[in-house]
Amino acid sequence: MKAPVLLSVLFLVFINSFFNINPIEDTGYQIGDVVSDFELKNIDGNMVSLSDYKDAKGFIITFTCNTCPYAVLYEDRIIALDKKYASKGYPVIAINPNNPKTKPGDSFEEMQKRAKEKGFTFPYLVDEGQQVYPKYGATKTPHMFILKKTSKGNVVKYIGAIDDNYKDASLVKIKYVENAVDALLSGNEIEQKETKAIGCSIKI
Amino acid sequence: MKYNWVIIFVILFTSCKDKIASDVINIDSNEEVKTSIERAGEMDLEVYDFNGFKKFLNKKDDKMYVINFWATWCAPCVKELPYFEKINKAYHNQNVEVILVSLDFPHLYDSKLKPFIKEKNLKSKVIALDDADMNTWIPQIDKNWSGSIPATIIYNKNDSKFFEQSFTYEGLENEIIKLLN
Repeated sequence: MKAPVLLSVLFLVFINSFFNINPIEDTGYQIGDVVSDFELKNIDGNMVSLSDYKDAKGFIITFTCNTCPYAVLYEDRIIALDKKYASKGYPVIAINPNNPKTKPGDSFEEMQKRAKEKGFTFPYLVDEGQQVYPKYGATKTPHMFILKKTSKGNVVKYIGAIDDNYKDASLVKIKYVENAVDALLSGNEIEQKETKAIGCSIKI
Repeated sequence: MKYNWVIIFVILFTSCKDKIASDVINIDSNEEVKTSIERAGEMDLEVYDFNGFKKFLNKKDDKMYVINFWATWCAPCVKELPYFEKINKAYHNQNVEVILVSLDFPHLYDSKLKPFIKEKNLKSKVIALDDADMNTWIPQIDKNWSGSIPATIIYNKNDSKFFEQSFTYEGLENEIIKLLN
């Protein structure tokens, strides 16, 4: 009786060695990497690329979506970032990385609706086929990446959270993204180049 | 059934959104280890800030601890909860204890988390971690954790492993067996 049990355990271990996914490694862009451009569909039907922004000094890229409660809590703060920094050369570009088949609330139509309700002032792009977010190494929503346009291309300068209090914007002590963009605008070194926050895993 | 939950959640969330500011729990005093017991009917919920929570990560007894970070709004987390429940039951006599750490929003403890615990009849210990300054505590749990959930720590006094992923039952059991032997 003992042998079959042991065998089946061993068999399970064997089978699992094929299927067990390892913890996510840092496979995406790191600070200092030059990103490749993308061409993604905006909610207005037009295609958007970084190269369309001739006058931009850089970009505030956010991987976000309709359905994640953290993403929703940060919507107003993302709109505020665009209002503050687009005119200074750092526009916000939002990309929804979720598969709408897994998360119907993140479909193209729902994205259009949400953007209209909230009055998004920035493109809200679909990562169709989910090709872009893995390049960035985005793992969750919201996940921020700040890029600076240089002669080499768009360089990753910041990865992480928007600020240090998801619950209440008025209790925020450190505005990570604003500090980073301010530093870039004034030619200073960014103090905190990477930060961590809880978010919803990207739905594949 | 799944969509019902989404709808219920959307309704709950939208209706509670305006309340968020008034529901913020004060987490200013870092020195003080805070534990509050929130009562909703007969159900108690232990709520910790990170300083208070740390003790669950550093137990040096003879048990193996399976610490799962989840939330009721996280669909892949909810999907794998039964596997953790099954482990807690099946490996209880081998000194394995599952602790389910909810990252639900504090203003939804009463309306969402507690009813969920009750409805699913969760037998594993459920605690809530409420600490908004995530960039301070996430790297202390694991330096490679980007912050997405589900995430799980499996540890005993000799070894510790961190997983930022969803588990199948077999995959989870496999990790338990590896650390037991």
